Amino acid sequence: MDESGRFIEEFCLEAEELLSGVEDAVLDIEENPGDQEAVNRLFRAMHTIKGSGAMFGFDAVSEFTHHVETVLDNVRNGTVPVSKTLIDLILMSRDRITAMLAEANGGGPPLDSQEGEEIVASLKALLYSDDTEPPVEKSSKEAPEENFVPVTPAPENEVVYRIRLSPDLDIFSTGMDPVMLLYDLADMGECCVVAQTEKVPDLENLSPESCYFSWDIILPTTKSVNAIRDVFIFVEDDCEIVIETVEEKGIASQEVSAPRLGDILVERGDIERKILDEEFDTHKKIGERLVESGALSKEKLKSALTEQTIVSKMHKSSVASTVRVPSDRLDKLINLVGELVITQARLTQVASTREDTELGESVEEIERLTGELRDSVLNIRMMPIGTIFNKFRRLVRDMSSQLNKEIELVTQGAETELDKTVLERLDDPLVHLIRNSLDHGVEPPEVREQRGKSQKGTIVLSAGHKGTNVVITIQDDGAGLNVEAIRQKAVEGGLISEHAELSDKKIFSQIFAPGFSTVRNVTSVSGRGVGMDVVKRTIDSLRGRIDIDSVPGEWTKVTLILPLTLAIINGLLVRIEDDFFVLPLMSVEECVEIKSKEVEMINGRNILNVRGDMVPYIRLRDRFHMGNRRPEREHVVITDVNNSRIGFVVDHVIGGHQTVIKPLGPAFKDIKNVSGATILGDGTVALILDTSVLLESA
Amino acid sequence: MAKVIMTVDDSTSIRQMVSFTLNQVGYDVVEAVDGRDAVDKLAGTHIDMLLTDLNMPNKNGLELIEWIRSMPKFKFIPIIMLTTESETEMKQKGKAAGATGWIVKPFKPEQLLAVVKKVLR
Repeated sequence: MDESGRFIEEFCLEAEELLSGVEDAVLDIEENPGDQEAVNRLFRAMHTIKGSGAMFGFDAVSEFTHHVETVLDNVRNGTVPVSKTLIDLILMSRDRITAMLAEANGGGPPLDSQEGEEIVASLKALLYSDDTEPPVEKSSKEAPEENFVPVTPAPENEVVYRIRLSPDLDIFSTGMDPVMLLYDLADMGECCVVAQTEKVPDLENLSPESCYFSWDIILPTTKSVNAIRDVFIFVEDDCEIVIETVEEKGIASQEVSAPRLGDILVERGDIERKILDEEFDTHKKIGERLVESGALSKEKLKSALTEQTIVSKMHKSSVASTVRVPSDRLDKLINLVGELVITQARLTQVASTREDTELGESVEEIERLTGELRDSVLNIRMMPIGTIFNKFRRLVRDMSSQLNKEIELVTQGAETELDKTVLERLDDPLVHLIRNSLDHGVEPPEVREQRGKSQKGTIVLSAGHKGTNVVITIQDDGAGLNVEAIRQKAVEGGLISEHAELSDKKIFSQIFAPGFSTVRNVTSVSGRGVGMDVVKRTIDSLRGRIDIDSVPGEWTKVTLILPLTLAIINGLLVRIEDDFFVLPLMSVEECVEIKSKEVEMINGRNILNVRGDMVPYIRLRDRFHMGNRRPEREHVVITDVNNSRIGFVVDHVIGGHQTVIKPLGPAFKDIKNVSGATILGDGTVALILDTSVLLESA
Repeated sequence: MAKVIMTVDDSTSIRQMVSFTLNQVGYDVVEAVDGRDAVDKLAGTHIDMLLTDLNMPNKNGLELIEWIRSMPKFKFIPIIMLTTESETEMKQKGKAAGATGWIVKPFKPEQLLAVVKKVLR
């Protein structure tokens, strides 16, 4: 290791300097025995060599020097007088140390240990210069104290501890912030901390330099009790610390019910059993009653309740109780809730025009409840994505052996939840994407080895929530995408022009065009060229986005962004003439205002100059044949559709709007540019536009 | 902004090792060779934590700790002393002077980091 070599070198230089200083100092003392400063210098030199020597592995040197240091310490405080013997010994020691360092560095002759021992013996003799018997030899090194060791062996099962931490008032003046202790505990397990604030005085009496808090912590952890004690090693004298075991997971029997609050309080000593029993006659919750009667503080109650929750959780079995519900009943429920949301929005709008506070209050309450109901109901259909992750593992295993490759599937975020319908429709696209990685992405072991990669390839499948979307990525550490090959194929297929200058990412996205495939041979697994564009269409129909990126030779990553639910859309509400439309917010980048006259027509195409960037646009008014009366100022909504920027010109952008989607009736199911409709607060219908279809037909 | 730790030790090799170890995990380090040098350097600098040897010329560790605690700016920062003495006496003296905690020399880089983590985040 380079670094430790550097330190060793540095230490040796330092020691050399110190040792030559020792020589000078010793000779000074010989001439002038009263030179206290020189003695101090000598002492410190030995002290440093001893300390630093031990740091960098020169144990023998350190041990030897320790003896010299001890003697010098005694010279310092006058116990040992300066004598010729002392001077000689120190010089001999100095030479010895130099030789030891040389030997250790491989540059000097091996030393005779006898010599060393003799010097040490003589040094010790100096300490006991009278005829007094030298005291029974203590171990030559003081028992080295252990710095607290960060790792202690962990017990097998999880134990729940109750920790009460009460720092002294003036703990801050030791430089310790009790929050650090809480962080350390939080590192050991998912702990719950409840602060006890009873001792905080009024503002007049409050000193900002004092700590009035104490904390109750419930910590389920696999770490040992000693590891927990170690957290408090610096503050043992400045804090009251109590650590008790509450529950051991492995030991709880089947029948043990959730601990009762009253029992917990009594066990903690917060309340007496007598008082507890007295309160039991009435029917209110015991905790509240105790607080009311003044027998218990609110914080202590909160703390005990926290303990109860955590321990109860531990008791519950992993299979939460479930109820099976036929899908169509759920659908009906969701529809009803959707209608409710829409009607509630109208109600809110109507109420806002009346000047009736009572009405207003009730309507606000209804709005809140409706929102909660909507969220709960939508949540019913949410399922963790892990349910489909699992079958992919099998797929990867089977296919990788079929292809004679070594590939491992790593999953992250399996607990991420998605709407059941979305999940079902994601199944096929994900299978296809993983197959791609298996077939075209990860190289065979021999090729990988040639390229300096590990023989085993990895595909990482990860899912997570980001805002109101779910982001799923499939990343492999394989061959990456061949930009040139894709470009060629796209040019051949007439998808892009030969001379177009496109970013790599834009070229990558050509893969999603129909009929595209760069694979020469069609294998049983893939290569038919129907896969990727179907994937894209599916993702589009889910109102999501798909992106692909790669570093050739290193990795390929496909990113899917999907809305959390199909029933609700986050959209941008716009107006053209007297009609309203909604554009999906996910793809919107920005909105710009332009004067009708400003638009440029370049080569007969509609292009807009946005801060130097050329953005083509579609005038929806024209597209929808809504008349030629253009307002003086128009708004352009600039969106990112399939990795290209495109603007949609509308009369007016109204704002963000989240609302329930209603499908168009069966009579309208073939309409292209519109993917659904929504009802605004005042009852008007707004059509939801499908931006990718609009772009395609441009 | 990175936190700043000052390390005070008359041994160059120890200062180097401490600087290197702490720099690696993202701390900025200010070095001083003894107590007086530390006082001079503190005049213009802000530090978030002090790591000091006890046995030094020109104002030893204990005096430095007492001095720094008397400065309102540094009254509450964590201070860790480096000690080779395993007797409780030195630790007691250190705590009395205002130290937060200690590390015993010799120590390994991981031990240093573990102690820093206990008092500074």
